[in-house]
Amino acid sequence: MKTVRVLIVDDHRLFRSGVRAELGPSIQVIGEAEDVESAVTAIGELEPDVVLLDVHMPGGGGQEVLRRVLGSGSQVRFLALSVSDAAEDVIGVIRGGARGYVTKTISGAELTDAIIRVSEGDAVFSPRLAGFVLDAFASTEAPPIDPELDSLTQREREVLRLIARGYAYKEIAKELFISVKTVETHVSSVLRKLQLSNRHELSRWATARRLV
Amino acid sequence: MLPEMSEMPNAPAAYPRMVRPASGRVVAGVAQGAAAQLRLDPVVLRLAFVLLTVIDGLGVVAYAALWMFTPKEEVKGRAPAREWGQLAAYGVLWLALAGFAWMTGASSGGFGTWPIAVGGIGALILWQQADPGRRQRWMSGAVKQVSTTWVRTGIGALLVVVGAIGFLAASGELAKARTGLVFTAVVVGGMLMIAAPWLATLMKELQRERTERIRQEERAEVAAHVHDSVLHTLTLIQRNAHDAREVARLARSQERELRNWLYQPKQDADATLAAAVRRVAAEEEDAHGVQIEVVCVGDCELDEGLVALLHAARQAMVNACKYSGAPVVSVYAEVEPDEVTVFVRDRGKGFVLDDVPGDRMGIRQSIIGRMERNGGSARVRTEPGDGTEVMLTMKREK
Repeated sequence: MKTVRVLIVDDHRLFRSGVRAELGPSIQVIGEAEDVESAVTAIGELEPDVVLLDVHMPGGGGQEVLRRVLGSGSQVRFLALSVSDAAEDVIGVIRGGARGYVTKTISGAELTDAIIRVSEGDAVFSPRLAGFVLDAFASTEAPPIDPELDSLTQREREVLRLIARGYAYKEIAKELFISVKTVETHVSSVLRKLQLSNRHELSRWATARRLV
Repeated sequence: MLPEMSEMPNAPAAYPRMVRPASGRVVAGVAQGAAAQLRLDPVVLRLAFVLLTVIDGLGVVAYAALWMFTPKEEVKGRAPAREWGQLAAYGVLWLALAGFAWMTGASSGGFGTWPIAVGGIGALILWQQADPGRRQRWMSGAVKQVSTTWVRTGIGALLVVVGAIGFLAASGELAKARTGLVFTAVVVGGMLMIAAPWLATLMKELQRERTERIRQEERAEVAAHVHDSVLHTLTLIQRNAHDAREVARLARSQERELRNWLYQPKQDADATLAAAVRRVAAEEEDAHGVQIEVVCVGDCELDEGLVALLHAARQAMVNACKYSGAPVVSVYAEVEPDEVTVFVRDRGKGFVLDDVPGDRMGIRQSIIGRMERNGGSARVRTEPGDGTEVMLTMKREK
């Protein structure tokens, strides 16, 4: 199995070494960074497969890293990792370009799994993120501006609901009689909608609802 | 006295009726009652009555009228004594004012009365503004209130000046006083010029001090919170260091509490479904030491059916924590326009539903039975080795 090269960006040294110790053998940590400046430099030099990105950091936080790295046309994939469950943080980094969001309470095995998934170009949704997305897309009665981007299909809704119920992708596939690959396709498509939909409700919803 | 009557003053009402309170009254409590109604300082109204009494005895008439038409506040037990000391003070004040009015001839009514009245009212407004407690409350209030304070101060100052000039004009002293006025204006102006920079610094200093104080209060509140909860938990964790389960439980409940404090909008724990589900999950998590992850989509007010749903969900959480052996339980609550669904899921041992004896209350009675009695439905999906999921659905009341 090919190892995934990972850069850890977090301003807490203890946390960085903790993550390093917990990751499985298929993950190779190639470096660490502790603020926006050093993260942008390290990503440029090391070209990791996946960046584990903290949301709150000195110098603008994870969103600033996303803006500067993805803005320069880089294809690096980001997985956001944070203690915060605030809707504005979660929706903020996803809309900023991260391909997934997990909280720091995640177990080592699950995190390893999530990193591999992101490195393969898939999206990683925690139950909470799935809940936020369902809530955000359901909370408005305004007609969608772009129906393709501004609303979820019935199937996507079902997949998100199962994620929110605590199902793993494999279990979802079994439940809905589809392949794991199809589940991944649905989640990626939700991620794309979340990032590209220009309905203002999404951001406004996130800021208006400052809750866990 | 009817018992309900005595409760009346405490009952919140949009427009409370004016009453004469017995405690702290000087004569009959009229000024105090009126002050409470107008949200003014009672002292201001008492001074106003004294002032009006000097002018043709108007104050006495007004006071008597209000006395007659205002009901007395009901008190339990013996009525508190009258404030004799204050009464004496107002009496002395009245004597002084009456003497002054008699000397200037203003008490006989006519044109000469008005300057005193206007000046007196202006002084009262200014005096009211100068009340430190009140000012502090205004300062901490909205910007709008601050601006009305300035307007009131302006009106008060204007009335005093008009009153003073009017008094001089009425007593024919204005022409004589003109040179004196110019002299006074120059002196006051000069003193202001000298004192202005000092006053400005003083203002700035006050402002700075106030910001500092607010910041310190904020810091003290955070410190108190950290001390009460976080430090306390850390001590408990050190004491229980040998018990991994207890340590995890303590850390988890502290984390949840801190998160609530930081991110959660202040909400009534029992008013809405999402808040209630979180609360129930938190309680069971604490009781059993098993992590419960809650995700809520949408929210609504609780009604009778939803309370039953909440009880059933709690029972499902208890079962999952106690018997499944799984380290994490997932709870998902979704509010849809016409129904509410709650899923409680674990990846634990699972069981064979038909093997559960009929007298076991947990699933049959507390979950399925309860939901059906309240017009909802419950479905349990489980297999040995494959975890358990309880799905609860309840129609929303329209």
